[in-house]
Amino acid sequence: MSIWQYANPVKFLTLSEKVQPILWVVATVCVVTGLLWGFFGTPDDFRQGSTVKIIYLHVPTALMAINAWFMMLVASLIWLIRRHHVSALAAKAAAPVGLVMTLIALVTGAIWGQPMWGTWWAWDPRLTSFLILFIFYLGYIALWEAVEDPDTAADLTSVLCLVGSVFAVLSRYAVQFWNQGLHQGTSIPVATGERTVSDVFWYPLLTSMIGFGLLFLALVLYRTGTEIRLRRAQALRNRMERRL
Amino acid sequence: MSLTVRDLTIARGGVPVVAGLSFMLEEGQALILRGPNGSGKTTLLRTIAGLQPALSGQIAGADDRIAYAGHADGIKAMLSVRENLQFWARIFGGTQIDAALDAYALHPLIDRLAGTLSAGQQRRLGLARLLVTACPVWVLDEPTVSLDTQAVTMFADAVRVHLANGGSALIATHIDLGIEAEVLVITPFRADPTDRAGASDEAFL
Amino acid sequence: MIALLRRDLQLSFRAGGGFGLGLAFFLIVTTLVPFSVGPEAALLGVIAPGVLWLGALLACLLSLDRLLALDYEDGTLDLLLTAPLPLEAAVSIKALAHWLTTGLPLVLAAPVLGVLMSLPPTGYLWLVISLALGTPALSVIGTFGAALTVGIKRGGLLLSLLVLPLYVPTLIFGAEAARRGAAGLDTSTPLLMLAGITLGTIALMPFASAAVLRMGLR
Repeated sequence: MSIWQYANPVKFLTLSEKVQPILWVVATVCVVTGLLWGFFGTPDDFRQGSTVKIIYLHVPTALMAINAWFMMLVASLIWLIRRHHVSALAAKAAAPVGLVMTLIALVTGAIWGQPMWGTWWAWDPRLTSFLILFIFYLGYIALWEAVEDPDTAADLTSVLCLVGSVFAVLSRYAVQFWNQGLHQGTSIPVATGERTVSDVFWYPLLTSMIGFGLLFLALVLYRTGTEIRLRRAQALRNRMERRL
Repeated sequence: MSLTVRDLTIARGGVPVVAGLSFMLEEGQALILRGPNGSGKTTLLRTIAGLQPALSGQIAGADDRIAYAGHADGIKAMLSVRENLQFWARIFGGTQIDAALDAYALHPLIDRLAGTLSAGQQRRLGLARLLVTACPVWVLDEPTVSLDTQAVTMFADAVRVHLANGGSALIATHIDLGIEAEVLVITPFRADPTDRAGASDEAFL
Repeated sequence: MIALLRRDLQLSFRAGGGFGLGLAFFLIVTTLVPFSVGPEAALLGVIAPGVLWLGALLACLLSLDRLLALDYEDGTLDLLLTAPLPLEAAVSIKALAHWLTTGLPLVLAAPVLGVLMSLPPTGYLWLVISLALGTPALSVIGTFGAALTVGIKRGGLLLSLLVLPLYVPTLIFGAEAARRGAAGLDTSTPLLMLAGITLGTIALMPFASAAVLRMGLR
């Protein structure tokens, strides 16, 4: 038994279809619970008032916006090294989801920023980085759409994803250097293991983050299934034409 | 050194077009490739020239020995005939372009911009490029397109000289060049459409 | 390799070669800025380093879609691929030719346009240095973008969409160096970062460009 057996589209689809119903249910429950709990079950922040509650939407989507790109990076590497089609299609399927997550994070950030900083938008390093990430997603999706041959498209977008990642990291540091920024420090510093959020806010936030993670997974599985079926239809059509 | 192709399967757009093709091209030998449109001649020649990967099979004796001529000649309209030829000669490590100019009667046109040449003259320039590369294996895709009978004779003569000097040529063409050459008809090697092996779409069927 | 460089330079100087197009574009952009923000010298002086950097960047971008597309159309790329010259070397040379015909003239023209933009006297030297250091990176990154979109019909707009986000770090450090120079501040940090980006991209990007070119030409 190896994980690579799921590189076979049929095996992947079989497993994905078994997992998906559970995934959708758990994801929905977590997202709804996290958001409702966060909105109605937590006290207002003593400084930020009730505006802080957007955190339950803002932080999970921002997290997934970055992780989606990271997932695409890994999938692109797998495609370039092992040439598993499912991997390339999963990267393709994840991009629009990542794009929407980035957009939600940007919009909720603006909504949060208005009462807190008195402005919808500031050229703060984090905000700027997310805007750049958004443009990277756009370029990546546009390249997939523009190349006709699916294998060539997978190759080119994979390299773009790798090169783009390097430049995204570079941009992140460049932007930090360029403007120090308004944005508060991260709520969950991974490196130190400490958090700046108290338990009351943390548990609903955690639920929401898990929910969005699972939602992302479910969406990607679903969209990958669609992409696989599209490719299969195209492959069958090509065969038919050859036979005639 | 001969060009050897063994059990080659090639694909166009993810669908295998030619399967199980084997042949050997010795020094001094020419091979004429025939087959209807869409049978995979261009794909085969591009694969042998190293422009696209084969699905399976081996190609031996092709590395850096091939002068390829496809549908486009790689000629810059804003450079003169001389400059075009000199450029390709230098890229392939040579300098002499006189023999190539002689073979295709390009001397009178030498300082004309390539963009002002007629289609047939441009094609002659494109074929003259083969001579300046000094590569022993010519891989040619429809080399006689837009050539008149006189120019076709020039081309056939150039191929004969090339073969006599120990070179070899693989030519896809529909016309009779009058060169002593074996003919390889590609049709029997047409890939079985029901055969799933190797193609990039394989996993999806 | 020298033959390729010579040919590219020759071609760019001949009719329709596009030499000077980037330069003219740079001039027009710089001329239009005062029309859009007003003629006050104080304001123009403040934004001059950034505007000149942005103008140079856009002028570079403008000529990218000719960089490989013309060679693709007339079959030269196919033939170069079968030539004994490594493709990595070929794309490096093409990037160099692009810099010599686009980037270098921009660097040389920038001080003149700085006068139009009321650039403070302290800024000229740093503007030229930062552009000289940064424009090679623009050419090399641009070559990668051109290689990505080479087989795509009407890929010009897509090329801009792909290349512009990759230009962000270069632009930030380049313009920052020019801005600090104009304000009389220390420029060493952004200049070092800019030099690092340029050297890094020159060393690594040709491999990525050659790889995508091989993929695209299949």
